[in-house]
Amino acid sequence: MAAAQAGDRRVYEKLLADSVALIRAVARRRGVAQDHLDDVVQETLITVHRVRHTYDPTRSYDAWLSAIARRRAIDALRSHGRRDRRERHDDSVLKTHAGVDDPSAAAERQQRAQHLREAVAQLPPAQREAVERLGLKEQSLAEAATHTGRATGALKVNLHRALKALRGSMQKDD
Amino acid sequence: MTNPHSIDNLITALGAEMQPVRRLLPPWLRTLGWLAVVAAIAVLLFAFHGATPMLQRWAGAPDLAWATLGAVLTAIGAAWAAFTLAVPGRSRAWAWLPLPGALLWLGASGWGCFRTDFQHLIAPGTQIGNLYQTSDCLVFIIGFSIPLSALMIWLLRRACPLRPVLTAVLLGLASAAASACLLQIFHEYDTAATDLLTHALAVAVVIALNVALSGRLLSKA
Repeated sequence: MAAAQAGDRRVYEKLLADSVALIRAVARRRGVAQDHLDDVVQETLITVHRVRHTYDPTRSYDAWLSAIARRRAIDALRSHGRRDRRERHDDSVLKTHAGVDDPSAAAERQQRAQHLREAVAQLPPAQREAVERLGLKEQSLAEAATHTGRATGALKVNLHRALKALRGSMQKDD
Repeated sequence: MTNPHSIDNLITALGAEMQPVRRLLPPWLRTLGWLAVVAAIAVLLFAFHGATPMLQRWAGAPDLAWATLGAVLTAIGAAWAAFTLAVPGRSRAWAWLPLPGALLWLGASGWGCFRTDFQHLIAPGTQIGNLYQTSDCLVFIIGFSIPLSALMIWLLRRACPLRPVLTAVLLGLASAAASACLLQIFHEYDTAATDLLTHALAVAVVIALNVALSGRLLSKA
């Protein structure tokens, strides 16, 4: 990690790849379901990237990484817990949920689309650009990079962050 | 479930985005930086009020000096613990660091109450304040804690407080204890139940405000 802090990209990518197994193990120990392990891994890697300056090379990397992974695992459990509580049983959905032709369902869809448009508009410019190019206009990474002048790596990171922010925003609206 | 290739893609993307970083200074050094600001405020207050009245009060009632020492140790311990816990991987046991100082602070203040209420010995140059008078202490402690807390939140946000609420409690305690120390430079009320109650209330308010506000600020860090 000390070499990565100094800017060695090759070492950094290897370190992140080697960290995945430990992150998975920590998340599994915390009780994160198999389906959600990759989410925890991704969130942990992004946090590691953001706070890599806090690592002290005189101390254990594993302890530092495990602490971050534990936190992200807890976040994931809380977030999925909230989502699960909101989900309804099939029977109750059949009884209460309106059909696709129902005008109220259409209005609800319209409302959600409006919320999504507003949430996209509130994203930071770089993230909004990534969503518009890669998500809405379905451009390839190379095309989006040519149009925006940004590196493909930066576009991917911006898209990932934007999707996370949008998920959060839409969940809040539910 | 995410795409299995997305982790590899993310690692490549993070690698592409990577720049060399300036390492965070060790917690003890960051604590010293924050304490230097507190010391600078103390120097200004000493320049205005002088040290003699405080030293006379301490000579007449040494428990006041012990209580101030306890508050100083609490501020140092809580600040150090807050900066340490803001680094991932550090033990939660650091949160106990301010406890000895806090016990000394409380114990000496309790003894001060006994001295004034039962022995009727009042420190030179002081009086027993009623609740209305000692409310000035409340305003001072809360008023000085706000900029000190803001400074510490700013410093802590550069780290990664994975336990935002615990960190907020510690930073609130550090700010309130430091403000209580600064108050001792020109504190004209001797320790009594009213004064102790006001100080305890001020510390509790500062901690509660920090938990309510900076807990959120720190969790986004």
